[in-house]
Amino acid sequence: MATDSITLPSPRAESRSVVLDWLCTVDHKKIGIMYIVYALIFLVIMGCEAILMRIQLARPELHFMTAAAFNRLFTMHGTTGIFFVAMPILIGFGNYLVPLMIGARDMAFPRLNAFSFWMTAFGGIFLYASFFAGGSLLQGGGAPAVGWFAYAPLTSPAFSPGHGTDFWILSLLVAGVGSIGAAVNFVATILCMRCPGMTLGKMPLLAWMNLVTAGMILVAISPLTAAQLMLMADRFLGSHFFDPAAGGQPVLWMHFFWIFGHPEVYILVIPAFAFISEILPVFSRKAIFGYPAMVAATTGIGFVSLGVWAHHMFAVGMPSYGNAFFVLTTMVVAVPTGIKIFNWLATLWGGKIRFATPMLFCLAFLFQFLIGGLTGIMLATAPFDWQLTNSYFVVAHFHYIIVGGILFGIFGAFYYWFPKMTGRMLSEKLGKWHFWIMVIGFHLTFDFMHVPGLLGMPRRIYTYQAGRGWGVWNMITSIGVIFQVAAILIFVYNMVHSYFKGAVAGNDPWDAWTLEWATTSPPPDYNFSTVPTVRSRRPLWDIKHPEDPDWKYE
Amino acid sequence: MRKFRLRGWVRRAWRAGLLVLCSATVSFAAANTAPLSPTNIFAPDSTPAQSIFRISAFVLEITGAIFVVVFSLLAYAVIKFRERKDDDGFEPPQVYGSNQMELAWTVLPVLIVVVLFLSTAQVIHRVQDAREPADAVQVTAVGHQFWWAYEYPQYKFSTANELHVPVSTAQADQPTFLKLLSADVDHSFWVPRLAGKTDLIPNHPNTTWIDPHQPGIYLGQCAQFCGTAHANMLLRVYVQTPSDFQRWVHQQEQPAVNDPSVAIGRTLFIAKACFACHTVRGTIAAGKVGPDLTHLMSRDTIASGMLPNTPENLRKWIQNPPAVKEGALMPKVDMTDEQLTQITAYLETLK
Repeated sequence: MATDSITLPSPRAESRSVVLDWLCTVDHKKIGIMYIVYALIFLVIMGCEAILMRIQLARPELHFMTAAAFNRLFTMHGTTGIFFVAMPILIGFGNYLVPLMIGARDMAFPRLNAFSFWMTAFGGIFLYASFFAGGSLLQGGGAPAVGWFAYAPLTSPAFSPGHGTDFWILSLLVAGVGSIGAAVNFVATILCMRCPGMTLGKMPLLAWMNLVTAGMILVAISPLTAAQLMLMADRFLGSHFFDPAAGGQPVLWMHFFWIFGHPEVYILVIPAFAFISEILPVFSRKAIFGYPAMVAATTGIGFVSLGVWAHHMFAVGMPSYGNAFFVLTTMVVAVPTGIKIFNWLATLWGGKIRFATPMLFCLAFLFQFLIGGLTGIMLATAPFDWQLTNSYFVVAHFHYIIVGGILFGIFGAFYYWFPKMTGRMLSEKLGKWHFWIMVIGFHLTFDFMHVPGLLGMPRRIYTYQAGRGWGVWNMITSIGVIFQVAAILIFVYNMVHSYFKGAVAGNDPWDAWTLEWATTSPPPDYNFSTVPTVRSRRPLWDIKHPEDPDWKYE
Repeated sequence: MRKFRLRGWVRRAWRAGLLVLCSATVSFAAANTAPLSPTNIFAPDSTPAQSIFRISAFVLEITGAIFVVVFSLLAYAVIKFRERKDDDGFEPPQVYGSNQMELAWTVLPVLIVVVLFLSTAQVIHRVQDAREPADAVQVTAVGHQFWWAYEYPQYKFSTANELHVPVSTAQADQPTFLKLLSADVDHSFWVPRLAGKTDLIPNHPNTTWIDPHQPGIYLGQCAQFCGTAHANMLLRVYVQTPSDFQRWVHQQEQPAVNDPSVAIGRTLFIAKACFACHTVRGTIAAGKVGPDLTHLMSRDTIASGMLPNTPENLRKWIQNPPAVKEGALMPKVDMTDEQLTQITAYLETLK
């Protein structure tokens, strides 16, 4: 009578369950990887946009594309880069690493974590839906054409008819909710979920820096969200926040945007600092130099960066004392930043430096971030900025930070933690090819991009007249892109190939010291079978060197 | 043996580096005679731009020095402390930090910041709070999508796209003060050799000033993204000797030439509604949306500095403006070839 039988799941059902497993997951590691993969896809998309723009600008008066298409491309390139590449990839790494490094089994709010990821994901997809929302695709479809900081009143219906701007507003609103959710989660996780023995003073620097970043996200995203709501009301409900015809103030938008926009730069760069602060010591074989000073400097940057936003507005016509104030606050940021660079330098000093690929990217970060920081001081000098702002010099400066700094840091992080995430090593040989070709491409493009700015070339122009002396510099800039594309292709190939065929990593391939290397690669669900107990900042050092543990000195 | 060869290589690299440095210096020196660019910010020719240039050079020196020191330290550390082939396998001595060193590299940058801030604040004050002398030439510049209107309130006329100002010499100081307004979206007035940029923002009047030291033409362009044709919103500043400037002012003050031979064109200018946007003083055309055409033929360029003002270009422009300058707001107006010729002929009399 009983017809109970065991049915084996069909292969198809199994693959369906794998997909469902990822779609429904609340595991911080899977969510972290989804953030990272999502961001990599958008990195490729924004890279393609950059390639098209660099073709158009390679020579004066080219007609490769129309002005309308170009204006849409740079808007999408900038918006994508900040909100759908840099933020998700950094939040993704944080998501993956923070619980592992503090000995926790997941984030504090796993469901909120999944919710935050999907909000960010929908935001990006929604932004790109604008391409299909009107107009010819060759002209950029219905994509927004207002620049990534979307100054009013260009965003008003009179000057931006159609719905491109609405797509832009809504996608950032949605993604902003995701970022705030992620930030709440980071703060709660780091404050409440650390394993026994891990006081705040024994927490890895990566966790500290993610804590500061999360705090800044909470403060900075809110004004952006508020501004988007006001702009929405202006466009649809007839309010006049930014409408000059009815007494509204376009300058108000600038303040709202940049009080988000400048902390945002640090929200992106501090997680990159975090990678450097973890990778540099391991490959120098030394403890990080000046841990308390690094924490203080990070927190200092977090606070000071909330008071520097109007250095984006030196040409807007603020009173002289207003300009002077923001010169001072901006220059003050150089002090904690300098402390960091010197501490990293001191970490290298007296070490035994191993030039593995993660370390190469970190060392390049140091040199390039130094240059990006120094051009930042030039831009902080308001009179110099009157010449440099909105020119190609400023474009070169922030790409130096975002590509030469943050992206190099992210590449370092990939080579360092890919073995932990997948259980397999990335090829060192391909990694070195990737590194050197990227270095060449980066410097060809972004070193030479400074020059047309000094020669008076404004940003966001789809073409320029011959006779301005900008042609040759733009040509070199565009040629550098070829090298960067080659480097990225090697990187992608390396990841795909190594995922299937790479050398097996083992738990601790780099002989490192933080808790993520104490578990298997990839880590099991819930990370640790028994929750670890730590006595110092480098728990694995203590285990490896029982004769000379860190806790005797800290 | 190997060591020796390495040294030879280093010497050769050093010599090559020196050569590159020297040739770079020479080409920069040569740049003063044959300029790198007509919009080079390091070739200032007006007091605000020169003040900016001096503080820029100072900042470049300081940041350059910081760069050399920190770069050398980093490079030294990376080379000196690399893991050797004959490594003993032990971890290096672990150093956790040093309060004295932290203090040193906190205080030193603080001192540099203080110096930089004080010298910067001084220049901000000098440029931004400069008092307008009673005899300054006044111009109100109004940014439009995608052209510039210049009103001369002291002389009661306005013109477009080509700003004329008198030269200012050590003997006869003659600055021009510009009030910057916008008719639509944000723009930015940037003529790199004369001054830094200042934005034109609706509901937020700004000012800037220039006192060019040499007669000639200074180029620039809008530096705040303002819409489709932003790239072709170009700027031209004509700096003239005082007598040339007075002659130009006198000519601009006159009403438009009334040439009876182009009466048909003049009628068409009304019939085709051109007058709704353009002003031709002395006729009923008093539109404010587009450039003032009273003395159109006194200008070297059309379409905001994009094209030389030749009869062919003018005709091509009137025939279909957005086809010439993508995004231009002047519409294509339906007219026959003959009408086009007649309107162009009329405009060519507006000397």
